[in-house]
Amino acid sequence: MKRRDFVKIVGLASGGLILGCNVSPEKIVINTLEDGISFVPNLFIQLQKDGKVTIVVARSEMGQGIRTSMASAIAEDLEADWQYVSVQQATGDAKFGNQNTDGSRSIRTLLRPMRKMGAMARSILEQAAANKWGTSVENCKAENHFIVNSSSGEKVFFGDLVEEAKTIPIPSDENIILKDKKDFKYIGKKVIRGIDMEDFLHGKSKYGLDARLPNMKYASIARSPVTFGSVKSYDSSDTEEISGVEQVVQLDRLIPPAGQFFGMLGGVAVVANNTWSAFQGKNNLNIEWNSGINESYDSEKFKEKLIDRIHNTAKVVPPFKGDVTKAFNNADKVIEATYTMPHLAHAPMEVPNALAWVRDGKCDVWAPVQDPQTVRAEIAHFFGFAIEDITINVMMLGGAFGRKSKSDFVVEAVSLSQKIKAPVQVVWSREDDIQHSFYHAQNAQYVKGSLDKNGNVTGWLHRVAFPSITSSFKPMSDYIAGFELGMGFTNNPYNIPNIQIENAKAESHLRIGWLRSVSNIISGFGINSFVDELAVASGKDAIDFRLNLLGEDKISTEKSPHPFNVARLKNVLLEAKKLSDWKRELPEGHGLGVAIHYSFYSYVATVVEVSVKSEKVKIENIYSVLDCGMYVNRDAVINQMEGAAIFGMSITMFGKISTKNGTVDQSNFHDYQMTRMIDAPNIHVHLVDNDEDPTGVGEPGVPPVSAAITNAIFSATGKRVRSLPLSDHGMV
Amino acid sequence: MQTLTINGKDYQIKAPEGMPLLWAIRDLIGLTGTKFGCGVAQCGACSIMIDGVVVRSCSTMVSQGVGKKITTIEGSSDSLTALRQAWRNNSVPQCGYCQSGQLISAAELLDTNENPTDKDIDNAMSGNICRCGTYVRIKKAIKEAVELKKQA
Repeated sequence: MKRRDFVKIVGLASGGLILGCNVSPEKIVINTLEDGISFVPNLFIQLQKDGKVTIVVARSEMGQGIRTSMASAIAEDLEADWQYVSVQQATGDAKFGNQNTDGSRSIRTLLRPMRKMGAMARSILEQAAANKWGTSVENCKAENHFIVNSSSGEKVFFGDLVEEAKTIPIPSDENIILKDKKDFKYIGKKVIRGIDMEDFLHGKSKYGLDARLPNMKYASIARSPVTFGSVKSYDSSDTEEISGVEQVVQLDRLIPPAGQFFGMLGGVAVVANNTWSAFQGKNNLNIEWNSGINESYDSEKFKEKLIDRIHNTAKVVPPFKGDVTKAFNNADKVIEATYTMPHLAHAPMEVPNALAWVRDGKCDVWAPVQDPQTVRAEIAHFFGFAIEDITINVMMLGGAFGRKSKSDFVVEAVSLSQKIKAPVQVVWSREDDIQHSFYHAQNAQYVKGSLDKNGNVTGWLHRVAFPSITSSFKPMSDYIAGFELGMGFTNNPYNIPNIQIENAKAESHLRIGWLRSVSNIISGFGINSFVDELAVASGKDAIDFRLNLLGEDKISTEKSPHPFNVARLKNVLLEAKKLSDWKRELPEGHGLGVAIHYSFYSYVATVVEVSVKSEKVKIENIYSVLDCGMYVNRDAVINQMEGAAIFGMSITMFGKISTKNGTVDQSNFHDYQMTRMIDAPNIHVHLVDNDEDPTGVGEPGVPPVSAAITNAIFSATGKRVRSLPLSDHGMV
Repeated sequence: MQTLTINGKDYQIKAPEGMPLLWAIRDLIGLTGTKFGCGVAQCGACSIMIDGVVVRSCSTMVSQGVGKKITTIEGSSDSLTALRQAWRNNSVPQCGYCQSGQLISAAELLDTNENPTDKDIDNAMSGNICRCGTYVRIKKAIKEAVELKKQA
């Protein structure tokens, strides 16, 4: 077997598919590790004679620590000494398997394949040492960058085996043995040195916005205030007076083909020799817009429309379970509630940006993107380059949260570079980012539930309305898609005999997109709030009530890579009860609230302690328990959970994008606020240790936070908050 | 031509009138450690020190930096050394983007306050947004850096 073929056999695509691309030798040399000198057993590892190991990471780094985790997974099974390890970021290329950094799935789908890459290299090095010593490979064992001869006690440095290793054939798959868990040095441990730590601490990390080329231009684009509006006319005379401005170029909207890609909004681009002049030039443009179909979008009025729709019968969707009407008729008590949340924007600290250079039939891009292969395909589609003539250099992402999956900003840069025949970096201002996002959907939910005389839940009717992400890919998609309902609604974890889920109509008037945790944010708020209301109505303790409602321990029989296991959800709830000391006496004005959520195959329980003084809410403590199965970098997982708590807090306290006349009201961090240190609570995280397969980490921490906060407010004050954010109620 | 002294080194630039320091530092000089976050002094990502005082470079004119000592994240000081060690010890950064500004704001605090209280830390740091939400670690690391600096 050829060395390169190994990656095909191991299979890198998610879902266990075998990597299907035809890997030709010439292609390997491009942006990979082959230099004719080093030992390069596969696409991901290069060992040099001085012992340095370069590991290719093909997922995007956006704060989840994937460059460190992937490298340590390979280093683990390679038995590499961490001090020799460095990372090279892969360009967008199908040969690396699925690179879409999204859905909290990198470790879930790639931990095993990456470990096998390391184990395969280790196996070859052991054979190389055996050849060198003329002994059996059984006597040769890798240990921290050396191979040790157990019969003679001799040892040889990895780097000294490079020449010999290059001659050894790739072992067959069954001879690639992964390390035993008990021998782990990196996986599940705190890693000694984050791969990017020193660069972070000295301002040396290169984010998209830091990409530089000689004689590059900088551009800022004025886009229609109303989504999908177009330029009627513009006057750039005031712009051209700005020092540094070089050109003003109109860009037409690019509409993506149905079902894929993101296109770009179009507008008027100001090209300058520095970013600031481009910004100033943009601000000085006088543009008359054709507002188009979305000009009457008023998000407050639309909220009322959604509420009206969920108060009437809507489309009933599976699973159909029992008969809710009968349950309500026979109930001892029936309660109902309506919950709403506004649109949200991702607002990563690094704004969307891309540097593109189109020349000689080639297109090079340097950008912070979550899904470089889709970017590549999209550029090929819109601009006609052959895939191999497009290079997507994936820069560090200064936060992403789903925004940088949508590569409209790259399309803009490519389009502009093609027009002005120069390398150009399109830089979004913060105002552009807040006002032209792919927004998390504004939503409304109505839940009606019934209790029998013992306080058991007998019926659950859940009607939901929000504009679907599908609308960004397929116009007229006016109902929630199955995958969105599958994030908490149709897979409601509770054991309720009669359940009816209804999907109500909701048109989109903005670009709708996924934001960290996606519609789990909506289901997490609605379900956890309503279960709390049921617990109150039944007079039971909020945790006991949930434990009872989850029913008997059982593992779902659904077809899934990681079937839902109710015992694990109960366990995180019990752990959170312990961690938060749930039954303790609280100071005056304090309250505890709880929420649980299963998403991205992981189990989370969150308890929040609030204090409320003169109607103002302060978050005192957040206790989060995560069961994500096996994890790689323990400290990074805890950091993700802490960050998720803060992210959920920002949503709950301030998160609101609203519109009038089709135009977004908010523009920067003064009116689209984030949690700041002064509001940050103590955060306590517990990770469940078990031998389950690894599941999601980046997103699962967010969904329970909002309801845990509002449930805590209820327990502190008796006031039930059913519409977010809290700032709308004067509570922050 | 103007001269900016950044981290002890002189840079000659020709900045357009009214250009904030942020863009002179990033686009004209090429030191990209100082970050753009909002452009209106709301997020702190662009924090630098001028003569030891933290300013938001996105909203401070080039002229206000001329003839002064500018410190950016590429620079060094006793406080920055202690903070960097504490940042390492606590694995503070996630995406890392805001951390240049966080470290600069924290450095000013350590330079001017030997024993900051929690409230002092909150006040010094609440102009710096971290969208990843690393506040708990930043706070812990600052307290640790205070001790490290004393030991140094």
